[in-house]
Parts: sequence; C-alpha cells; structure tokens
Amino acid sequence: MNWDWDKLREKQEQYEQKRSGGGPGVPRPPQIDELLNRFKNFKFPGGILLIVVLFFLFFGSSIFFTVGIDEVGVIQRFGKYSRISQPGLNFKLPAGVENVTKVKIKRVYKEEFGFETVKGYDNARFSNDNTDTGAALMLTGDLNVAVVPWIVQYRISDPYNYLFKVEDVRSILRDMAEATMRTVVGDRSINEVISKREEIAVAARKRLQDEMIQAETGIHIVTIEMKKTNVPEPVQPSFNEVNEAVQEKEQMIYKAREGYNKAIPAARGEALRLVKDAEGFALDRVNRALGDAARFTSVYKEYAKAKDVTEKRLYLEAMGDILPRLGAKFIIDADQKNVLPLLNMDTTRSIVPAIKSLQEGGVK
Amino acid sequence: MNKVKGIAAVVLAGVMFVLLTSAYIVDETEQVVITQFGRVVGEPVVSPGLNFKVPFIQKATYFPKNLQEWDGDPGQVPTRDKTFIWVDTFARWKIVDPVKYFQTVNNMVTALGRLDDIIDPAVRNFLTSFRLVESVRNSDRPMDTFEEFSDESEGLQESQYRIKVGRSEITRRIMVQAQPKLEPFGIELVDVKIKRINYVEKVRDAVYGRMIAERRQIAEKYRAEGKGEASNIQGDKEKELQLIRSEAYRKAEEIKGEADAKATQIYALAYGADPEFYSFLKTMDVYRTVLDKSGTLVLSTDSEFMKYFKSSKGL
Repeated sequence: MNWDWDKLREKQEQYEQKRSGGGPGVPRPPQIDELLNRFKNFKFPGGILLIVVLFFLFFGSSIFFTVGIDEVGVIQRFGKYSRISQPGLNFKLPAGVENVTKVKIKRVYKEEFGFETVKGYDNARFSNDNTDTGAALMLTGDLNVAVVPWIVQYRISDPYNYLFKVEDVRSILRDMAEATMRTVVGDRSINEVISKREEIAVAARKRLQDEMIQAETGIHIVTIEMKKTNVPEPVQPSFNEVNEAVQEKEQMIYKAREGYNKAIPAARGEALRLVKDAEGFALDRVNRALGDAARFTSVYKEYAKAKDVTEKRLYLEAMGDILPRLGAKFIIDADQKNVLPLLNMDTTRSIVPAIKSLQEGGVK
Repeated sequence: MNKVKGIAAVVLAGVMFVLLTSAYIVDETEQVVITQFGRVVGEPVVSPGLNFKVPFIQKATYFPKNLQEWDGDPGQVPTRDKTFIWVDTFARWKIVDPVKYFQTVNNMVTALGRLDDIIDPAVRNFLTSFRLVESVRNSDRPMDTFEEFSDESEGLQESQYRIKVGRSEITRRIMVQAQPKLEPFGIELVDVKIKRINYVEKVRDAVYGRMIAERRQIAEKYRAEGKGEASNIQGDKEKELQLIRSEAYRKAEEIKGEADAKATQIYALAYGADPEFYSFLKTMDVYRTVLDKSGTLVLSTDSEFMKYFKSSKGL
C-alpha cells in the first residue's frame, strides 16, 4: 500500500509543478496534497483507514487503462483534449481529472442504404424513420426513377474531430451519404445509373469524402459500393424488353449475315465453274478448229496434185454414202416432160420397195 | 490537539466544498455561459478545461459547441413545372453566439423549432420557383441517354434541358435566405442539403407509365433496326450474287468469243487456200448429215451423176 501511496504522491507533485509552471494565472486545483499530508500525519483509527484504502483503490484503478490493438484512447484533462494514447497499457491522472474515451480507429464501419442486412435490431434506429422505404428510390437526371442501394464503408481517421467537432457523426454520415448519392445520380441518366455503377461509386465517394472533411467529422470514407441498381419493379419488364429487343436485333443481323455468308461463297464457286466451262469450251473450239484446219490442209495438198480426179472421187464417195440412206428415189429421163403428175408425193413411200431393187442394182 | 484536528477538518471540508462548487469543467464539445442571478456575466467560455466561478451566486449553463444537425420534416412541394414532389431536407448548424442563444431559445427543442420555422418555408419557396430538373440535377454534365432515338422530340426533352441553377446553387440560396433570420438566435447555418427528392405517389405512377412507354418505344426501335439491318444485308447479298453471276457470265462469253474468233481465224487461214474446194468438201459433208431416208430423190438422167445411167457413150 505504501508503494502505491508514494508513487501517487510523486505523480501528484509532478503534476502540481507542471501546473504552477504553466503560469501564475492558473488557479490551483483542489489541494489534494495538503489533504494527503494531513492524513499521513494522523494516526488513523481502523474505520478511516478503510475509507482511505477504498479511496485509493478507486483512484488507483482509474489511473491505468488498456487500449486495444484496433483503437486509441483520447484523454481529456478537465474536459480539455490532452493527448492520444496508443495501444497497450497506459496511465493517466485519476478519474475526475483525466478521462479517456477509446475510439476504434482501425475498425471499418459499414452503413447500408436502401436495403438491410438482417441482423437483429441493429438498424432499428433507422427503421422508425418513416422515409426509409425510399432510401434507394431516387430521381435521375432525365427525371426517371431508379432504385439505387449502396453501402458506405468508413473508418475514423481523426479521433479528435470525430469526438469533438460533430454532435452525431453517424447521423450526419447517413444524411450526407444520401444527399451525395442523390446529387451524383441526379446528374446521370437512367441508363448510366444502371450500367455505370462503378463510376457512380467513385464519384460519390469523392464527393462524400470532401463533405466529411469539410464538416470535420474525422471520418475517412474507405469505399462506396453500389449494389444492383435497377428501375422500380413496375418498370422492370419494359427494361427487360429493351434488352430482349437488343438481342433480337443482333440475332436478326446475325441471321442475315449467315445467309449472306452461305450464299456468296457458293455463288463465287459457281461463277468460277462457269468461267472454267467457258475456258474448256474455248480450248475445245480452238483445238477442233486446228484439227479441222490441219485435216483440210492435208487433204487440200493431195487434192492440189490431182484436182479433177480427186474431186470426182470425193463426190462419188459422198454419193455412195448418201444415196443408200435416202428414201424414195426416182430417176427420170431427161426428155420426159411433165413428170410431176406421176409423182404422188404422199404415197411415194408405198412405191419405194418396188423401185428399191432396181435402184440398188443400178447404183451398185 | 483534538480540537485543532477538528477545526482543521472543518476548514478543510469547507475549502473542498467551495472549490467543488466554484470549479466547473468545460468539455471540448461545450461552451458555457455564466449568469449571476439570471444576468449574463462576462464573455461566454468557449475554450475547454477547468474553470472557476463565484460559488453559489454564479451559475454555469452549458451549450453544445460542435456541429449540430437539423432534420427537416419531409413534405410535398409543387415545382414550377407543376409536378408534386416530396422533399426531405437536412441542415447543419452550430451555436456561434451562446449568449444570444441563451437569451432567445435556450434549449435544443426550441432551437430546432426555430430552424423548422425558418428553413422549411425557405426550402418550399425555392423549390416551387424552379423546375424539377433544376433541383434534381447539379450540373450540365452531358448524359448518356437514348436521345438519338427520339428525333421527333415533342417540345423540349427533359434530358436536353440546360440547367440554369442546379441543386447546389438552390441549396446555397436557401441557406443565404435563411441565415440572416437565424442570426438573432446566435445560430449559424453551415449548410442546407436536400436529402431526398421523390415524386409523390400519384405522380410516380404516371412517371412509371411514361418510363414504360419510353422503353417500349426504344425496344421497338431496336427491333425495327434489326429488321432494317437484316434487309440491308439481304439486299447486299442479292446484289453481290447478281454481280458474281453476271461477271461470271461476261467472262465466260468473252472467253468463248475469243475462242470463236481464234477458230474462225484458223479456219479462214486454212480454207482460204482454196475456198472452192472447201465449199465442195463441206457441201459433201452437209449432204451426208442432212439427207436421210425421209428424203425423196428425183434424179434426171441428164444430171452429172446419172450421165452414165442411160448410156456409156459419153466415155
């Protein structure tokens, strides 16, 4: 007990010195020192000793405190901000002189807007806010209605500002977050709100952070996360319809392209075939011509050597080929006039056999 | 000895009591007005720490020094373009003159009441005198809309509306209007913000209807575009096919023509040696192919072929 006592006294004396060194204008605090001296000099009966023991137990327990790993202690001396103590075991003057408030500066807090994670009655404070059904409902820049739920994650970056500058930091944060998000969304079209969530989150974070700094809340916005943004439920089918229409459009175009891709290469092949055919024809034609010409030239060479005889021969050979294949044949004497009445052109066939034997014998 | 001890204890107790009643602590978040029999004495204490006053006759009254919040009552307001909206505002304020504050409002409930009386009408005044877009939008930032579809825009499209004032400016003006009225209360308005703006329920339904119609129209545009593009591709296909086919035909005919020409040239060159002989030969060939048994031949005996038929005296 004596040890505690001495230590306390020492501390007290140091403190006194510090105080009096601060300036003559500073009034002395309650003169505990004198009181203590007196107590020390007296011989106490047991009852008073007990009171003293309790007294020092009380002060003793309030001079040291632990600060958790994720927090700092803000110490106020007579209400005035004094210092910040780091994690670990710390000492301060007894309660009544110095008070400590622990602030969790490492912890990341979360506020949800427009939806609620079910976890007991943690958010009950806000559910009695009769406007809360509309937290996510907001107007876009093209005066449409969008449903925008989001999360703000923040941590306390400046315990001094956090504790002393603003009455209700959480409430300001919530209201500011709503105002900020609406300002950001209010400058964007419904399409952007739905498709560019990331951009909105970044813009809102920056704006909210600026507001928080300006208001000296001591809060650092870690991140703003957008949940699924959408249009109000009654309007959703029509938005889906647009998506479907986009799909349909693409499908129609793809189908048409498919038809194109099917037909064109086939047609090109067909065209090539046509050209090849023509080339074949050309080769055939020219070769035939060359052949015919060669043959003629050869025949002609021989013919030129004995024109009359060859011509006769050729003529007779041809006649020999042709005449047997003919039908009715009539040989009429050159002196015979008016032969036509004798020839019934329609019935010639019937008389062919009669003449045939004669003619065959004749020609051969 | 005992007497001395007793007197000392009494004196000590007295000193302690006086000290305790004269000392007061001002927190970082507080400021204090000292009054003596109800009359304000000296300057308000704004710096935190331990302070002393005259015991018993002086009284310390505490007021918050930090930033306070005022949350407005949400209410319906018609805008200049006759749309009923539902507005929720909030403001931040602090007590800058605790003496005035002490004399005029004294407590938080009354203060908030005063703020209600002053800010709410200001908000109404301003929102009613602007179009809805002005309160919703903050800048002229170009937006990505489906504008390109609505060429046949009926009148001025909301999305094309150019913002003249914007939300920040409106709230600033509200603040500027409200601030002087709050000065007598020792209150400084830090800012006024619009927390929420929404359509009232009836208007909301109409707006939903409009949104649906708008989307339908956009969907139809997409479909029509799809059809158009498909037809276009179809047309391209037809055109390409015609081109390919006709080009092929042209090429083929050219090749054939060239071949014909070449053949003709070859024939002419060969047969040109003796056209008469060629015509003889060809005639024989033609006879061979043309004449068949359906033909009837009438030969005169004085023809070249039959000249030996009658007699052989010609020899």
